[in-house]
Amino acid sequence: MTVILGQTFTGISIGAVLLLIALGLSLTFGQMNVINMAHGEFIMAGAYTTYVLQKSISGAGLSLLVALPVAFLVAGALGALLEWVLIRRLYLRPLDTLLVTWGVSLMLQQLARDIFGAPNVQTRAPDLLTGNITVIGGADPLTCASSRLFILALAVAAVVALSLTLRLTSLGRRIRGVVQNRDLAEVSGISTSRVDRTAFFLGSGLAGVAGVALTLVGPIGPTMGTNIIIDAFLVIVVGGIGQLKGTVIVAFVLGAMQSVLEYSTTVSVAKVLVLVAIVAFLQWRPQGLYTLRTRSLV
Amino acid sequence: MLAGAAALATAVALTACGAKTDAAGGSSDQAAKADTSGDTVKVGLLNSLSGTMAISEVTVRDSLKLAIEEINASGGVLGKQIKPVSEDGASDWPTFAEKASKLIKEDRVAATFGCWTSASRKAVKPVFEKNKSLLFYPVQYEGLEESPYIFYTGATTNQQIVPALDYLKSQGEKSIYLVGSDYVFPRTANKIIKAYAKANGMKVLGEDYAPLGSTEFSTIANKVKASKADAVFNTLNGDSNVAFFKEYKSAGLTAKSMPVVSVSIAEEEVKSIGSQYLAGQLTAWNYYQTTPGAANTEFVKAYKAEYGKDKPTSDPMEAAYTSVYLWKAMVEKAKSFDPEKVKAASDGITFDAPEGKVTVDGASQHIYKTARIGKIGTDGLIEQVWDSGKAIEPDPFLKGYDWASGLS
Repeated sequence: MTVILGQTFTGISIGAVLLLIALGLSLTFGQMNVINMAHGEFIMAGAYTTYVLQKSISGAGLSLLVALPVAFLVAGALGALLEWVLIRRLYLRPLDTLLVTWGVSLMLQQLARDIFGAPNVQTRAPDLLTGNITVIGGADPLTCASSRLFILALAVAAVVALSLTLRLTSLGRRIRGVVQNRDLAEVSGISTSRVDRTAFFLGSGLAGVAGVALTLVGPIGPTMGTNIIIDAFLVIVVGGIGQLKGTVIVAFVLGAMQSVLEYSTTVSVAKVLVLVAIVAFLQWRPQGLYTLRTRSLV
Repeated sequence: MLAGAAALATAVALTACGAKTDAAGGSSDQAAKADTSGDTVKVGLLNSLSGTMAISEVTVRDSLKLAIEEINASGGVLGKQIKPVSEDGASDWPTFAEKASKLIKEDRVAATFGCWTSASRKAVKPVFEKNKSLLFYPVQYEGLEESPYIFYTGATTNQQIVPALDYLKSQGEKSIYLVGSDYVFPRTANKIIKAYAKANGMKVLGEDYAPLGSTEFSTIANKVKASKADAVFNTLNGDSNVAFFKEYKSAGLTAKSMPVVSVSIAEEEVKSIGSQYLAGQLTAWNYYQTTPGAANTEFVKAYKAEYGKDKPTSDPMEAAYTSVYLWKAMVEKAKSFDPEKVKAASDGITFDAPEGKVTVDGASQHIYKTARIGKIGTDGLIEQVWDSGKAIEPDPFLKGYDWASGLS
């Protein structure tokens, strides 16, 4: 019984990591139709920010708390810069954004290698987040890793913040307006280029936050983004492009699937089975789990 | 656009040609003779100085250089100063093969020292065999291999994995769980471990492989925990260890409740993973920085003086350092740099290495090594808790073990 509960928690925690990674991408890819291959490198930027802050701030807990907003700003600024320099020239050519941002991602990886060296580095997690919390005591206790609980909380907070921003703020209304009809938004007096840049800033900033979370589970390296970006795209495509709800549900479903299959088979087999399931699902619903009724943006 | 693409294609083609000519330069079919005409003799250092393996291999290169400097300072080999030619294998196996060929044919080195992963060794093996040139390989490996042109100065399985299992057995651990990276070394090692367990009444409760570089270990940690095994045998390589040990601690598993014995984590790796995750866990090697003995005190002192006080020494570094001295002794006994004569002189060569006295077994071209189990301390160093007492005869094909029949 505890095994099943433990695995359920693991599934949720893998889902939370996926969600954090995919969240920013769901804004830039989902809402703005930009295939940003450099998103993974923004995650890496967030992770390295955590590393740098830890070197300069004593106290692992404090440096982690400082890292969250700083990584958001650093990755966000990188994203806004990328948007301003390159992507704004390519809004009607999504395939070109793929090529251009892929080039940028390779450059950022090399930059990280030059600055931080080729070997991966690690951060020290605060003591509070290295242990576990006992949920059910007894002879066969159920424990949850506290770092995973922290990531789960972070993912929930990020989803809530993003969804409130999109729904309630004037920025959110403007983003939705631009997504639904760029020309009409423009003639209504919305500066679409500024909205684009802000949305890109937010999406990339969320990648930075994901990067901070990832330092709690594994090493930080120049290529960490490439391993992650594919999973994030899968979550978005299966969830339905442009749909926050779909992203959330699919992240948790895929996380749960991965953990259940991994438990009964092996890591590699589980990965293959999840991919097969995704392919089968997309045969059945090519548009993904949720979709806007109209997607004629252009 | 089209013109640009054409120009790019031409450029790529040209570079490719350039590389090819370089690699094929020099005489091709007959053995390349080492150039020993002057008052120097060249040796090749072939290590990954960039890429994912650089973290480990740069330290090996550094300790090879240290040995060469020491030998030069004391008069060189057969009156000649050693001139190292360092090449970067770039953690890329075809590059290793290409650079090996360059060292032998263009630089005409008398011997080459280096390689780390089994994949890089397998890539250069035919190059050294074809050119009848010598490679000294300094890292523990999965055994079941022999080459007339490779000297293996790291441990083979009966000098590391088998003693580690013996140790676990002597501690009363009756069941183990196997966790490894998904490539040749862990899979071969685990085949050997399973055969050992079967013959010794140990239970293998599970076996999990994660892709190299994988960082998601929560489910594996859950499986290990649920198995209630007595101990874990860890053959993960590289960074995956970071994620694994973080998750291990998060799952509430400790060195006390379920010890992990690792075969690829040395002082350098402990430093980068963080001793807070590793303290109390076990490792199996032939050498630690803390290994007692005058030769080691000298080695550690010399290494730190050259490369910095905070730089630890590790097993592969020690085996690399030792390999240069062994080559020197072989050359002096043979009174020649000719690989065939050096090989013929190799049997019974000894050296007072930092790990203790080592002896070359001419037949297998491996060396006698003492096995050591260590416990990782909070200071990042590893303290020996057990050793085999004497240097163990190398047995790469495990011929001396009944349970191992049918493995290779």
